[in-house]
Amino acid sequence: MTKEETGRGDRPTAIENQGSRLIKRAIRPLVAIRPEITAICAGFLVGAIVVWVTGHPVVETFYHLFRGAFGSRIAIGMTLTRATPIIFTGLAVAIAFKCGLFNIGAEGQLQVGAFAAAWVGIALPPMPPVIHISLAFAAGAAAGLLWAVVPAVLKVTRGAHEVVTTMMLAHVGILLASYLVTGPFKDPGPVPQTEWIASTAQLTRLLPPTQLSTALFVALLCAIAVYLFLWKTSPGYAIRAAGLNPKAAEAGGVPVARSIMLALLLSGALAGLGGAGEILGVFHRFIDGFSPGYGWTGIGVALVGRMHPLGVILAAVLFGALRAGGGTVARAVGVPLDITVVIQGTIILFIAAQRMTEFLWERRRKK
Amino acid sequence: MRQITKDFPGVRANDAVDFKVAQGEIHGLLGENGAGKSVLMGILYGLYQPTSGEIFIHGRAVAIRSPAEAIALKIGMVHQHFMLISNMTVAENIVLGFEPDGYFWNRKEIAQRVAQFAAEAKLPINPEETVGQLSVGAQQRVEILKVLYRQAQILILDEPTAVLTPQETEALFRAMRALRDQGKTIIFIAHKLKEVLSICDRITVLCRGKLVGTEDAGATDESKLAEMMVGTKVVPATRIGEATIGDRVLEVKDLTADGERGERALEGLSFELRAGEILGIAGVEGNGQTELVEVLTGLRRPTGGKVFLSEADLSGITPRTALDYGIRHIPEDKRKRGIIPGFSVKENLILGDHCRPPFKGRFSWLMERVIRRFADKRIEEFQIQTPSRDTPIDSLSGGNQQRLIVGRVYGHQKRPTLLIAAQPTCGLDVQATRYVRQKLIELSDQGAAVLLVSADLDEVMAISDRILVIHNGRLHEASKRPSRQELGLLMIGGREDE
Ligand SMILES: Nc1ncnc2c1ncn2[C@@H]1O[C@H](COP(=O)(O)OP(=O)(O)OP(=O)(O)O)[C@@H](O)[C@H]1O
Ligand SMILES: [Mg+2]
Repeated sequence: MTKEETGRGDRPTAIENQGSRLIKRAIRPLVAIRPEITAICAGFLVGAIVVWVTGHPVVETFYHLFRGAFGSRIAIGMTLTRATPIIFTGLAVAIAFKCGLFNIGAEGQLQVGAFAAAWVGIALPPMPPVIHISLAFAAGAAAGLLWAVVPAVLKVTRGAHEVVTTMMLAHVGILLASYLVTGPFKDPGPVPQTEWIASTAQLTRLLPPTQLSTALFVALLCAIAVYLFLWKTSPGYAIRAAGLNPKAAEAGGVPVARSIMLALLLSGALAGLGGAGEILGVFHRFIDGFSPGYGWTGIGVALVGRMHPLGVILAAVLFGALRAGGGTVARAVGVPLDITVVIQGTIILFIAAQRMTEFLWERRRKK
Repeated sequence: MRQITKDFPGVRANDAVDFKVAQGEIHGLLGENGAGKSVLMGILYGLYQPTSGEIFIHGRAVAIRSPAEAIALKIGMVHQHFMLISNMTVAENIVLGFEPDGYFWNRKEIAQRVAQFAAEAKLPINPEETVGQLSVGAQQRVEILKVLYRQAQILILDEPTAVLTPQETEALFRAMRALRDQGKTIIFIAHKLKEVLSICDRITVLCRGKLVGTEDAGATDESKLAEMMVGTKVVPATRIGEATIGDRVLEVKDLTADGERGERALEGLSFELRAGEILGIAGVEGNGQTELVEVLTGLRRPTGGKVFLSEADLSGITPRTALDYGIRHIPEDKRKRGIIPGFSVKENLILGDHCRPPFKGRFSWLMERVIRRFADKRIEEFQIQTPSRDTPIDSLSGGNQQRLIVGRVYGHQKRPTLLIAAQPTCGLDVQATRYVRQKLIELSDQGAAVLLVSADLDEVMAISDRILVIHNGRLHEASKRPSRQELGLLMIGGREDE
């Protein structure tokens, strides 16, 4: 505005300038996420090549992929259903990473959280739904948190690397849940699953016939909470400081060990909530193998989402869309579901390659 | 370099700068903090792309798009902040990226080659040692060797002496002269005019991104250079009148502590420090001052002895408690202990106070408005040059990062009771140095106790009320108005009367 008023003589250029500035401002966010855009394009390109090489119609495949993900209310419902658990696990990985920790055991935390929620849904006497659901979520969070206690304590007291400990405990968690549901808690019948949870513990479905439930809202609330916690509170500040430069943080009065504990425990709790959401919203019982690896996918989601809650939501929707669309593709064109894994994997690989080199380099230098 | 301009969002770091360096000379580059020295050299080294302007080397126009291309043109740079990988050995750091043929390298052979190379360059070093355990001076040698190993003909040294002791500086200068005599060209950035005058053949001065001029070192002097840099004469900071010494604030009794490698670093130190007093601790790097500071700030556990702060026993406290007691700290190694990279200027400014009111409100909420006001106040008071309080600290010039660290210790409302200032003016320009020293004096006049730890004798002598010399983990009291010679002798373990 001011430019236009002062520069009377060269009005056109002033306006031109303003125009280009507007365009610049519009594309700035796109420039900022250039690595992600490149990776996504690369993912689809590699996917297209695989489809083409295996002799399937490329254009049709991608048309159905998109249709299956966003083409109708039901498609959108499916996409969001798939996105919900990986928002939780993505947040779990991200919050730990903000403290410089790699929680790669979210899958185990998710499974024990799921089982705990199912148990609360089954075992507790009748009560109002709000309370029952809250208790079930709380149980899920508590179980997930509990699963992070050992890695957190070992990290702080012995310096044991969290990648090793969370990974090991993930397998323990998965096998434990599996044992419980094939043994003591098995519902009679051929399938290893528990009995149904009480109706008072079931979440409301948002877009029937899809399984999308209010767990999505819980996930979004968690994302907001994680954002506010990390960026607007004092302990969140401490966690980020400890993640970026523990030595300076320590000198600045940040209790680094406590921040590490807190970040890992919260991470476990978030993954546990993700498991609870699946049981209460989608399956209504614990079924052995209900998770196709949401915990592992969460690592990719967090990575693509730049460890930021908003990024995690977007990345989770992208991955959810791939899964949902993949199903349609399989039915319509006969391309196996694996094609979405290829696309997803390529995206993660591209971003991880850039991100990991940066991260490891930084870490090494800091030591 | 011709008509170099470089814009960053919100700042023009270089503005149509012409910069010429002749082969085989040592060329000084001077300017205030944020004048654009590092950026200009970064452009020459391919770290930044100029917004406009051209670079010529031996009369040939070149485009330098990355450090790799700069290295190919035989340009090498030692950065203001070291870029070594601290858990690798000296030899590994030096050959990194330029390993001899073959994927598996023979450690022994490389170490041998590096040792020989170092000896030829007159920069002796033990190639087997891990970089993290070296003194700053030795790390510097490694940085230079690394650049030379890449066969650089043009060496850029960005504030290499800021962290060095006088002895180390002398050694560096000898090496620099030797390199010049081999026909290499050196660009040398520093803030201490004395140093620049003593080593350089010609000197270029920048001011706020613009070129002021180039002078022959023989044809100019300190005050002329200072005038070129800031436009006015600079008077040194001194205490006006006598210090008003109050009650005892800090008492250290028979303090012992171990160093990083488990060796005994402090051998039973005892001293006391009173309110309103500035106690200078002079000493050659690596004689225990780092450990002393770390014990006092809670970063290191003492193995024996006691520390009292106004009668409260503070032996073996945590850094958090130290802060609660009003002990503030300007760390010696600012990159390692001082700043959180990736955090904004504002976020870095509240480090240490982030966990208490008024920054921390109910439910541990950070009080954004208070923080903003505080940040703006500090930015103005300490003249931290930054486009905004939300700028990431990484994009501040080295001296401006230091200003931030110093500004931070002047807490929000509560002034520190004990300020431990290690190399507080390291990397600051002449005016900022004066300002910070004046601030230290002011603080002590307000009743704080100040412990000034510095390898820079001029600094210690300029503002200390009392000077102790640390040598091999022991303290020696200097006389009331010690001479440089006396201090120098004490620092290497001798006594004048011996
Ligand atoms: N990466 C960057 N992004 C944005 N601005 C930058 C960046 N690097 C430097 N600047 C800005 O450019 C200006 C010049 O910085 P430069 O580092 O060259 O100063 P300097 O002369 O080396 O100062 P000092 O003596 O403090 O090291 C500063 O105002 C700084 O804030
Ligand atoms: Mg600089």
